[in-house]
Amino acid sequence: MKKTKQLFAGLILMALGLGTAQAEYTLNLMRGVTKVSNDIYDLHMLILWICVFIGIGVFGTMFYSIYHHRKSRGHKAEQFHENTTVEIIWTIIPTLILIGMAIPATKAMIELDDVQESEMSIKVTGHQWKWEYEYLDNGIHFFSSLDEASNKVRQVGSGIDPRSVPHYLLNVDKPLVIPTKKKIRFVFTSADVIHSWWVPDLGWKKDTNPGFINESWTSVDEPGTYRGQCTELCGKDHGFMPIVVIAMNEPDYNAWVEQQKAAIAAEAGSASKQWTNEELIAKGKSVYDTNCSSCHMADGAGLSGTFPAITASKVVTGDINAQVKLMLDGKGMMPAFGKILSPVDFAAVVTYTRNGLGNSVGDSIQPSAIQTLQSATPAAGKNE
Amino acid sequence: MSAVVAEHDAHHEHHEHGPAKGLLRWVITTNHKDIGTLYLLFALTMFFVGGAMAMVIRAELFEPGMQFVNPQFFNSMTTMHALVMVFGAVMPAFVGLANWMIPMMIGAPDMALPRMNNMSFWLLVAGVLLLASTLFMEGGAPASGWTLYPPLVLQTGKALPFAIFSVHLLGISSIMGAINIIATIFNMRAPGMTLMKMPMFVWTWLITAFLLIAIMPVFAGAVTMLLTDKFFNTSFFDAAGGGDPVLYQHIFWFFGHPEVYVMILPTFGVASTIIPVFARKPLFGYSSMVYATASIAFLSFIVWAHHMFTVGMPIAGELYFMYATMLIAIPTGVKVFNWTATMWKGSMTFETPMLFSIAFVVLFTMGGFTGLMMSVAPVDFQYHDTYFIVAHFHYTLVPASVFILMAAGYFWLPKWTGHMYDERIGRLHFWLSVVSVNILFFPQHFLGLAGMPRRIPDYAVQFADWNMISSIGGFIFGASQLLFLYIVIDTIKGGTGEKVTDEVWEDAAKHSLEWTLPSPPPYHSFTTPPTVIPTEHI
Repeated sequence: MKKTKQLFAGLILMALGLGTAQAEYTLNLMRGVTKVSNDIYDLHMLILWICVFIGIGVFGTMFYSIYHHRKSRGHKAEQFHENTTVEIIWTIIPTLILIGMAIPATKAMIELDDVQESEMSIKVTGHQWKWEYEYLDNGIHFFSSLDEASNKVRQVGSGIDPRSVPHYLLNVDKPLVIPTKKKIRFVFTSADVIHSWWVPDLGWKKDTNPGFINESWTSVDEPGTYRGQCTELCGKDHGFMPIVVIAMNEPDYNAWVEQQKAAIAAEAGSASKQWTNEELIAKGKSVYDTNCSSCHMADGAGLSGTFPAITASKVVTGDINAQVKLMLDGKGMMPAFGKILSPVDFAAVVTYTRNGLGNSVGDSIQPSAIQTLQSATPAAGKNE
Repeated sequence: MSAVVAEHDAHHEHHEHGPAKGLLRWVITTNHKDIGTLYLLFALTMFFVGGAMAMVIRAELFEPGMQFVNPQFFNSMTTMHALVMVFGAVMPAFVGLANWMIPMMIGAPDMALPRMNNMSFWLLVAGVLLLASTLFMEGGAPASGWTLYPPLVLQTGKALPFAIFSVHLLGISSIMGAINIIATIFNMRAPGMTLMKMPMFVWTWLITAFLLIAIMPVFAGAVTMLLTDKFFNTSFFDAAGGGDPVLYQHIFWFFGHPEVYVMILPTFGVASTIIPVFARKPLFGYSSMVYATASIAFLSFIVWAHHMFTVGMPIAGELYFMYATMLIAIPTGVKVFNWTATMWKGSMTFETPMLFSIAFVVLFTMGGFTGLMMSVAPVDFQYHDTYFIVAHFHYTLVPASVFILMAAGYFWLPKWTGHMYDERIGRLHFWLSVVSVNILFFPQHFLGLAGMPRRIPDYAVQFADWNMISSIGGFIFGASQLLFLYIVIDTIKGGTGEKVTDEVWEDAAKHSLEWTLPSPPPYHSFTTPPTVIPTEHI
């Protein structure tokens, strides 16, 4: 079956003058790298074969009939129009097949649902349009967005060949790292709209609902890099918030954890030092491109009717404290960046918007000032 | 027959027995055939409008990278494409068929509530125009998918209240249409036309009408809650105020699942009408067909959460909705087996309506197979919201509902107009459609299984080849439908010039009453009830 499909696919491609594809396309569900994903794959194949088998029976009968029982071959129509025995048989047999399918399906469902006895927990929060990861056991916490190379290419009319970017649209700036051979529990929620977290190799996806917690789990045997995407429509950049999971052996994972902890300490240190305007503006540009440009546009022009422009904005060219306050708390669709950006990134992007993107207010704010404000802001829920 | 003609002669001078003169006829008409024609032409127009949106989608997806539209507009296109096709094309087309055919099939002069019939058509036009006007509003048309999930839908710009009001109008229109169909079937049947002698098309519409009355108020309620959440500070779907966004999904799919059967049950009815005529045999298992339709309609109300397997339901909920969904395969299987048995040992010919009907049985069954695969909850954790789903529901809508609407067009156009369509062009239209629809949708199975999510404007490069093939299929399919438009216009203008008989198709009058009337039929179908009820289909 698979071979025939591939042959068929190849024929079409050749007919279209494309030559057989260079890109590694697949035709079937992937087996994945967990026990659950393998069970799901087996179930998928079982039902696929049942369908193929029934299809051959039904379509075979139909085409036999179409060929032989046609008027042009002089076939005379018989006038039967019911047969209770046949009708009972073709009700009972499908029922039995369904029961045969339901048993392994129930087993797989129960296995998929069982998050108990997990060894560590990671909280995943969906944002428009990035993922937030929080390791509940050791305090590591970061955001993960589409990588810069893909982001450049995916702008309308960028003219850059997506094939020139490795893992186009499936790469992030900071991947999620997990240890192998450990039962990891994920808890899911969202900061704005509903998203869905899907890595095909793990075998499942789970919706992230604002205000509610969902759970799932995985246990990966082999180290490797596994990629996925958001699968619940979440607004204009729904197609641009990929997921990358790197599974590492225990020692590598522990080294990674130590490295992250050191980075957190370094970050805290840099927040207290005095930054020059030029340093802040330079850093602010990259923060802006990652966090702001998807709504306010890369050139700060905004999107008329939905997202305000930064260039010549009353807020950005007005009082700096009012701008900082708005960004800390968020407004409408604008998230509360006080909970998203580090003090350094926050101060840098404020300074950049006031002195870049066509604005030239000339002032700046220091990370240390932001740090004070952030610790003073209560953990606000809704922005009302 | 002679009685009908005599009746007409006797009243020959009465003005109300003919159509009004001029264009105003189409505005004020209360005649079931005029209204049926309006519905069908409106649906055909919307089929091309929704199709044009699909072409935008397929053009953007032709290659990786963003070439033509921005992502927000792309989302508006997927949303509007679905809303226009569901509420503007497929549903109105079946209501048009019901208007034309039900009175003729049950031996009645017209629909039971002709003035309401007029109103339900014009409300439909108002609703769809209002929806289309959102494309030109600040912030753009709704871009949250046709399911209008909150909180995302609440981020819509100025268009939100207009889209919601348009849903209200469409709902009122559908409910009035459904009431009219039920009233007609229950009150206007010719003597001797018992329920269990009605043609399958009438049966399926009777059941569909009950579905519509049950679900449209639910949808109206759901969108009204969106409206009050957005503008009146309620918190039905907002956790911060004690609500739950998932509640909307439960309400929506309680409407949404029966809604998809609203589009498929009349399809079954038309297929059960056409296949026996060209197989020259009675329909196999008439009563089991009726019971299967009723079972499918009943099951449609208790399976809604299979659209939400990944939303985070308790295990008991997942298992219940999985088992209930699997059950649908049984009555649906009965239908497919019955159609096959109807063809078995018949004396088949393959005019265009039969070709489309056979393609429907085969390709709808493929959509059924993928449906069965998705019913298995744990596996759906992989399929959900991928192109596999897109392929599934397009197989059950395009080569199923749309193909059967085409089949119905070819089948009844000669009856409606008195002219024969050009069989050669009809077959060309069929072969182009059936090949291109598979080039369009079959590769989408591969894309979904390989991991491509739905509703994305751009994709990773490993999905490039199949997307390009799918787009090429889409363009051929779209262009092929212009042939259908040509055939419809050509047939109305005189077609092949061949004078069609009352029966049109060999022995069709043995199957159903419309074939006992002249072609085209008189303005008021049966002014005196027919005396002989055809029973060949039973």
